[in-house]
Amino acid sequence: MRQTARIISTYTADVSGVNSALFELGGMTVMHDASGCNSTYNTHDEPRWYDHDSLVFLSGISEMEAIMGDDEKLISDIVSAAEQLKPRFIAVAGTPIPMMIGTDFKAVASVVEKRTGIPAFGFATNGMHTYVEGASMALAGIADRFVTEKMPRTADISVNLLGVTPLDFSVNRSAAHLRTVLEKYGISTVSNWAMGDDLDTLMQASAAHVNLVVSGAGMGAAKVLRERFGIPYVIGRPYGDWTETLVNSIRLAPKTGDNLSPQTDRANTSAVIIGEAVSAVSLANALKVETGIAFRAISATEARKIMFGTSDCIARDEDELLPLLEGAKYIIADPLYQPICPKSARFIRLPHEGFSGRIFRDEIPDMTEDISYITRQLV
Amino acid sequence: MLKRMGGEVDATGAVVPIKNADFPAPFKSELEYSCSARGTWNIVHTGFLVPEAHEIFACAAGCLRGVVLTAAEMNAQDRFSTIEIRENNVLEGDMEDLLIEGVTDILNKLPYKPRAVLLYTSCIHHFIGCDLPLCYARLRERFPDIDFTDCYMNPIMRKSGLTPDQLMRRGLYALLKQRDIDDSHINIIGNNIATDKDSELIQMLEQAGYTITEIHDCHNYDAYQQMASAAFNICYNPVGKAGGEELEKRLGQKLLYLPLSYQPAEILGTYEKMTKILGMEMPDLSAKTDALTAALSHAKEVIGETPITIDYTATMRPLSLARALLEHGFNVTALYIDSFSGEEKGDLAWLQAHFPELPVYATVQVKMRVLPRETCEKTLAIGQKAAYFTGTPYFVNIVECGGYYGFSGFCKLLALMEDAFLHEKDTRKLIQIKGLGCGCV
Repeated sequence: MRQTARIISTYTADVSGVNSALFELGGMTVMHDASGCNSTYNTHDEPRWYDHDSLVFLSGISEMEAIMGDDEKLISDIVSAAEQLKPRFIAVAGTPIPMMIGTDFKAVASVVEKRTGIPAFGFATNGMHTYVEGASMALAGIADRFVTEKMPRTADISVNLLGVTPLDFSVNRSAAHLRTVLEKYGISTVSNWAMGDDLDTLMQASAAHVNLVVSGAGMGAAKVLRERFGIPYVIGRPYGDWTETLVNSIRLAPKTGDNLSPQTDRANTSAVIIGEAVSAVSLANALKVETGIAFRAISATEARKIMFGTSDCIARDEDELLPLLEGAKYIIADPLYQPICPKSARFIRLPHEGFSGRIFRDEIPDMTEDISYITRQLV
Repeated sequence: MLKRMGGEVDATGAVVPIKNADFPAPFKSELEYSCSARGTWNIVHTGFLVPEAHEIFACAAGCLRGVVLTAAEMNAQDRFSTIEIRENNVLEGDMEDLLIEGVTDILNKLPYKPRAVLLYTSCIHHFIGCDLPLCYARLRERFPDIDFTDCYMNPIMRKSGLTPDQLMRRGLYALLKQRDIDDSHINIIGNNIATDKDSELIQMLEQAGYTITEIHDCHNYDAYQQMASAAFNICYNPVGKAGGEELEKRLGQKLLYLPLSYQPAEILGTYEKMTKILGMEMPDLSAKTDALTAALSHAKEVIGETPITIDYTATMRPLSLARALLEHGFNVTALYIDSFSGEEKGDLAWLQAHFPELPVYATVQVKMRVLPRETCEKTLAIGQKAAYFTGTPYFVNIVECGGYYGFSGFCKLLALMEDAFLHEKDTRKLIQIKGLGCGCV
């Protein structure tokens, strides 16, 4: 039956995706929720919580406030906190009950902005989608609001890295490594959305030639920047030798103006990768390049068709996944998927912060330059 | 007084001298911050105390995330399943079907048959008016050999009526079925952490011929059901009291509410009340009181004038503990408490009268996110949040009093304070482990 999980985990939700995307940008994010989202976020979804004092709070909505539709309590609490802490911007994100009572987050943000003079966003998340949707929404909001000035393009070809959060890149230096790997191919990075760069750096994003969408979380911002500045985007995450193909697309895109999602030929798949769409597809492409083995990428998070090769697909529930795993020689997935995988398949653990949180964090490899962590297990 | 170092945000609104602390809520209800201390138990941990039970949570993905990973960190995924509510269910109003068919699907697929199912419904069910009695009736028809009980993950109700924590501790015993009462059997109920077996509470009762059971002693479902035969339920945790009241009504088991305390006179009074109700002779506890006096002196000698901070997660009676320590010359410099319980009203008044400047810090107030978390001198913290906010490696790592009750319990806490004072701990690592003592990795 769809929507039931006998044993597997669930992905980080959209509301945490908003928090994660905005974490390093100097704003204040408020989850409009009764309780629970805060501890879930800071325990399982946010590895930076202990060491970085980013402002992420909870509204603590009560039964009576929900029944009475008391948005004033939310607004005045946000205004009070903003006056005390003076963030660069304010974001308000929703959860299931605000969705049920029809909270108008854009209106809430508008009133907050008027009262504080601080740019404010309202994100109508509802805790029923994955972090990919929430993070994408949040980064699109930043692009729309803060990247307004057309900057002169950099002399050499350059990119913005869109969709970088610990939920897909953990805290094992993968995020920083993206920049250094691209540099080896002569491609500089204008801004990283959003690990390692601040809001002022992100505001320079229109200087880049291409947006590299390294996870689904970058799609929203990519579309905004395409529409506003005509910057084309390339979809793909650098992994090992596959990076060369990505780089070719990065060089091609400004010439043609087309958005690109390079793929290898992966017909007749005999193996499976489960994960976030861009990471899973990119790894499948990298493995095809380096080993010749054709993997089908199964996205368990929201994805767009443009991200996929012909054999790839979306499957979120246990019952959707089970038939797709039958007969696979290899399955690469987070360890929390293992209980539903056929014993005949060789299971290769690839922990994913967005699925198992902190449990296997120490095992998460940085494969930006070298995917031998996987290839040596393909015997 | 605790001296904070550096920082650009002043602490106004996040701290109040105890003389100005209102009862029961010393701080305004505003946006909330959640610090990194995770040692307190949640409803997943507590539910797993029922042996041979399977937990099923039905809620939105965002709410499932925290609980499913709680189970995974306990390595208990095989006792845990989920039903994900999506937008279409809210729009179509098929919540009953989703719940009944979802639970059925899960139970049919499980590789084992649980004796009981704890079915957790959420805020959404509450707001949409889901017919839960119908759902449970259908499930009981379909699975007559499995006991179902209603549990709740509806934090939106935390400010109205019983909190989810109180409901959970009540739900722990909701599966007990009426049976003959055994006058020589007493339960201790309402605790996540088992009561220390060295407690004179247990020893007194055992010496008087009683069999004492706590849910932690029940290694299978049949043993758990034996708890229904107890004549009395002893409870010393305020959040467990509602469960005792429900059992009194439903099974006729008398509730003996004996609140935890760190005041020798109050502890003695509690035992006198207990022995009187049970018709026992009050034993001579002078050796216990003498031992406590000696333990207090010894700890004071070791710890000296070192600043001590206490938080509300370490014990259900932080004000009672602060008062006892201050009365014996310890240098308690700060409390971390968001609200006061009814049991603490007298201790609050005493502290306001005798130590009016003692600061009380909120733990959830937004400024606590950015105020410096370090102190300028060696500090001993009792509790994870006190350790976190003072940045000290010298802390007593317990939650919910650690199961230490009575005179012997206070002696053990003092020994832990000495040990914490003498030996550094890895605060960062330890306090981030969920559900202290429940087996989480």
